[in-house]
Amino acid sequence: MTYKVLVVDDSKLARMVVAKALSTGHPDWMKAEAANAAEAMDLASRSPFDAALLDFNMPGQDGLHLAAELRALYPRMALGLLSANHQVEIVSRAHEVGATFLPKPLAQQDLSDFLAKAVQLKAATR
Amino acid sequence: MTPDDPVALSDLEHDALTELVNLGVSRSALNLREMVGAQVLLSVPTITLVNRDRAIEILARTEPSKLVAVHQIFEGAIAGRVLLIFPDTQSLELVRAVSGDELPLDDIIELEQEALAETGNIILNGCLATIANLLQRSLKMSLPEILRGDGSEFFNLMPLPEAGDVVMFLYVNFAVRERDIRGYIVMLMDLPSLAALKSLLSEFIERTTGGVTP
Repeated sequence: MTYKVLVVDDSKLARMVVAKALSTGHPDWMKAEAANAAEAMDLASRSPFDAALLDFNMPGQDGLHLAAELRALYPRMALGLLSANHQVEIVSRAHEVGATFLPKPLAQQDLSDFLAKAVQLKAATR
Repeated sequence: MTPDDPVALSDLEHDALTELVNLGVSRSALNLREMVGAQVLLSVPTITLVNRDRAIEILARTEPSKLVAVHQIFEGAIAGRVLLIFPDTQSLELVRAVSGDELPLDDIIELEQEALAETGNIILNGCLATIANLLQRSLKMSLPEILRGDGSEFFNLMPLPEAGDVVMFLYVNFAVRERDIRGYIVMLMDLPSLAALKSLLSEFIERTTGGVTP
């Protein structure tokens, strides 16, 4: 079974880091990349994803707003918000939109836990 | 970077540097948030490598009033100066935010130097330590020093670097919610340090992406 994850970060390097973590630890996950919220919404509106990893601090719309939009589009999608900035306001807003807060730089274990949760969510909704 | 710059960063190196700074200032925002008890808002960092005159011009245009800066020198694999800069008029507001609102004005004025130095130290150290850790190098930071003046004074601190004139204008706007506080972080480096940084960035990219092609 393959799963699909949407990786959204304005930093190409950050997207490459996620790509490496996925290819080494989670080859059953296919990824699509977007550099901003608009590109992400465009991709997500064309085909559904099982999970999305969203950078918080991006030019234009930030990751929290994007999470809310994705949540409206796909109520059961697993959402992860990535930031080194775990101020309570940001973490609690992430939880409000049903997103998991993932500290940056992304640890392999955090990614694994997040993807495992996404798989469970998908199995539960099938 | 303009084409005549001796140490041009590739697009990916520039991207990696921006991401490192982003991680660094995010940590600093977290520390500052703990100190002031209110959310600290951060802009996405923009990094431009400019010469000294251009940096002075940029700062004069965006902040025409008198400024205050917390200045620290860093040494190690890369060396230079880092400054946390904000309008002078906000300095007492920052001290008030950090020390609590109960203190009488006289005490706040008395505390000002010390509180600015301490706050600046925490923000700048948080930022540079994160970057140094990610680059797997250690940086030694000097004690913080408070400066008052404008960009031309801040960016011409003696001794000027012998090996050319490069200012990394690392422009991050931070603001404290419900307070009139905003500021910038600026890093000054000479050319050999910039060359060393370029090579550390390239190692960092290789290490974190494992050679995944962009």
